[in-house]
Amino acid sequence: MLELRYRGGDPGPGPGLSPPREGNAAGGDHETESTSDKETDIDDRYGDLDSRADSDVPEIPLSSDQTPEILQKALSGLSSRWKNWWIRGILTLTMISLFFLIIYMGSFMLMLLVLGIQVKCFHEIITIGYRVYHSYDLPWFRTLSWYFLLCVNYFFYGETVADYFATFVQREEQLQFLIRYHRFISFALYLAGFCMFVLSLVKKHYRLQFYMFAWTHVTLLITVTQSHLVIQNLFEGMIWFLVPISSVICNDITAYLFGFFFGRTPLIKLSPKKTWEGFIGGFFSTVVFGFMAAYMLSKYQYFVCPIEYRSDVNSFVTECEPADLFQLHSYSLPSFLKAVLRRETVSLYPFQIHSIALSTFASLIGPFGGFFASGFKRAFKIKDFANTIPGHGGIMDRFDCQYLMATFVHVYITSFIRGPNPSKVLQQLLVLQPDQQLSIYRTLKMHLIEKGILQPTLKV
Amino acid sequence: MPRWKNWWVRGILTLAMIAFFFIIIYLGPMVLMMIVMCVQIKCFHEIITIGYNVYHSYDLPWFRTLSWYFLLCVNYFFYGETVTDYFFTLVQREEPLRILSKYHRFISFTLYLTGFCMFVLSLVKKHYRLQFYMFGWTHVTLLIVVTQSHLVIHNLFEGMIWFIVPISCVICNDIMAYMFGFFFGRTPLIKLSPKKTWEGFIGGFFATVVFGLLLSYVMSGYRCFVCPVEYNNDTNSFTVDCEPSDLFRLQEYNIPGVIHSVIGWKTVRMYPFQIHSIALSTFASLIGPFGGFFASGFKRAFKIKDFANTIPGHGGIMDRFDCQYLMATFVNVYIASFIRGPNPSKLIQQFLTLRPDQQLHIFNTLKSHLMDKGILTPAAEDE
Repeated sequence: MLELRYRGGDPGPGPGLSPPREGNAAGGDHETESTSDKETDIDDRYGDLDSRADSDVPEIPLSSDQTPEILQKALSGLSSRWKNWWIRGILTLTMISLFFLIIYMGSFMLMLLVLGIQVKCFHEIITIGYRVYHSYDLPWFRTLSWYFLLCVNYFFYGETVADYFATFVQREEQLQFLIRYHRFISFALYLAGFCMFVLSLVKKHYRLQFYMFAWTHVTLLITVTQSHLVIQNLFEGMIWFLVPISSVICNDITAYLFGFFFGRTPLIKLSPKKTWEGFIGGFFSTVVFGFMAAYMLSKYQYFVCPIEYRSDVNSFVTECEPADLFQLHSYSLPSFLKAVLRRETVSLYPFQIHSIALSTFASLIGPFGGFFASGFKRAFKIKDFANTIPGHGGIMDRFDCQYLMATFVHVYITSFIRGPNPSKVLQQLLVLQPDQQLSIYRTLKMHLIEKGILQPTLKV
Repeated sequence: MPRWKNWWVRGILTLAMIAFFFIIIYLGPMVLMMIVMCVQIKCFHEIITIGYNVYHSYDLPWFRTLSWYFLLCVNYFFYGETVTDYFFTLVQREEPLRILSKYHRFISFTLYLTGFCMFVLSLVKKHYRLQFYMFGWTHVTLLIVVTQSHLVIHNLFEGMIWFIVPISCVICNDIMAYMFGFFFGRTPLIKLSPKKTWEGFIGGFFATVVFGLLLSYVMSGYRCFVCPVEYNNDTNSFTVDCEPSDLFRLQEYNIPGVIHSVIGWKTVRMYPFQIHSIALSTFASLIGPFGGFFASGFKRAFKIKDFANTIPGHGGIMDRFDCQYLMATFVNVYIASFIRGPNPSKLIQQFLTLRPDQQLHIFNTLKSHLMDKGILTPAAEDE
């Protein structure tokens, strides 16, 4: 294996592709550094590793099949093709049931689940990075990666917590301090990690260390920011979490089924198993599914209300007057549908119209996240991100389409659904100077009386 | 002699850059913003070019276009957020601008997604790994270069002094550490940069703190540096005119007994901003150099001497600005945490977009809060 050659420091025959690089000072006046031949060779070889064509790159071996013993015994009689199909099917049903169970247990468990998934995805991608660069033994690096994950999570959770737990935070003195200087504390923590990275740079491994630094940051950008957007969506109301995720899962499954039964025309070279028939069939089924799921879920306050933290009960509650979006409206049908359905009007939740937009995105653009992950796996010659779920691969394999969806839903909500967050406005108001608060109070009072929202004579 | 020639070239270019800096300050905030924008684009270009050279990927299909496209998207997103904040009245007036600002995030996301999908569609069989590397390289560069240049502009809007003092402190630390190192340097500081010494580091620290104090004293006297930059609707231009805040008014401070005996003064008149400038200079001297070490490590990792050859004797633009980036973020975080609170007029705008029941709820909570604190009395309420 190439790895052994590099570690032994044996300057064996390189791959033989090192054209002169522009921008390098070929023997010019560097700052004084003792460059031994060995060091130059190692770095040059990594350079060649980067610029070689994909076919020369060796595959990264994964650990062996981890199918549980139970399943293996139960399916020992079947041929391997059906066995694989059964394993996938059983695991799919298991995951869906787990999903329902966690929904039943409530929003707090959901948040923990999202956090757990985020950490696992991060771990999977970082492990791939280690394997690609044979850098598992880099000084400090494992610690630093986890440290950066902690910092970025601290920053994001602090921003979220400050918004939604305003009343809880006002009570505790230490939390007040942490919230007020939150950005500064997060920045200081990140800086400490950055300085540790700079101090840990070791002569022979500069390039590797910079690669792993960049790899960590891109992974953080992808996994952590999006998991926090998922949590923001969740706080808006569990339906904003459930319908998008279910649409993506449904699109996955129905596209597979349509492709299995009707698939002829390949869709994209990156994923040879995908077909146009699957893609289009999946699109229509997902829109219908989203429409129906939205209809069923919109009835229950549990799914529809924003999650709030009640300080008296010290837990999350989802109780409210459902917004306009979740109340039945009558829509008059366009004429051609009138003839088909023989009805004048139909009662729909406005949310169902939005669900069409969400399902459309899940079916048409969501798969690009999957293609991106496929390209990534081909680029680094891995079959799956990990072997966590038998038959399915790693957690990241299941969630690759979800990430674009989470950002889309968040952007959709902020642009089309809700305005600014009232609790955030309130929290900022309470931080102002007393004289500013007083002047704002008078302005607001005038405005409210003008609009007739506040009666001048009413003493509230 | 080549050694003195190099020294002269560096010296002349240093003075030229400093003179250029003064001219731009004189020309005003609009020109400053454009300069920041150009510096950002040039730094992005330099780092991306290094990536192309490292990976021999100059001919990758679509990639040059995509990199510039992503730069445009991210800039559009950030400028949109800034513009909406500071140009609120202008934006509300013009109908197309209003729509663009209302759906800003959605539009930016759509633009970015288009680039993402183009990237996925452009993946070519033999070059997957290279393309992913360049994709990652572009995004990390955007993260470093674009976000920080926008933080610089945020600082600028807070008041030109928040832009000038930090940048000058970093430049001063650079020059002073070099001088102290030149004359007194013995002990090497860090293996990454063999020319740096502990004597230079510590001497530069003290010199920068003193410089920062003096510079803040000089600049705090002028409104044009101290006032937040505002866009005036009537004149359709930027104005810096205001009542200087508390931070920029001379106050008397008692000197602690230790220094009192040395200097013989009981009190000293200083601007409170000068105290803050000590924090800024300290960061510039102690942590700022880590940005320089990071860039040195990067150059060694990729075996380049300089980022580019734009400035004779100095290297590329990125070489001059590597220490500045950490500084810009620090100043922004510092201002957000310690100096200003939320912007009252922005809060009122956000309030007016809420629903009536939400407005009423906030109003009542504010009222009870004010009464609790005794700022509002029931008697005054009856007026």
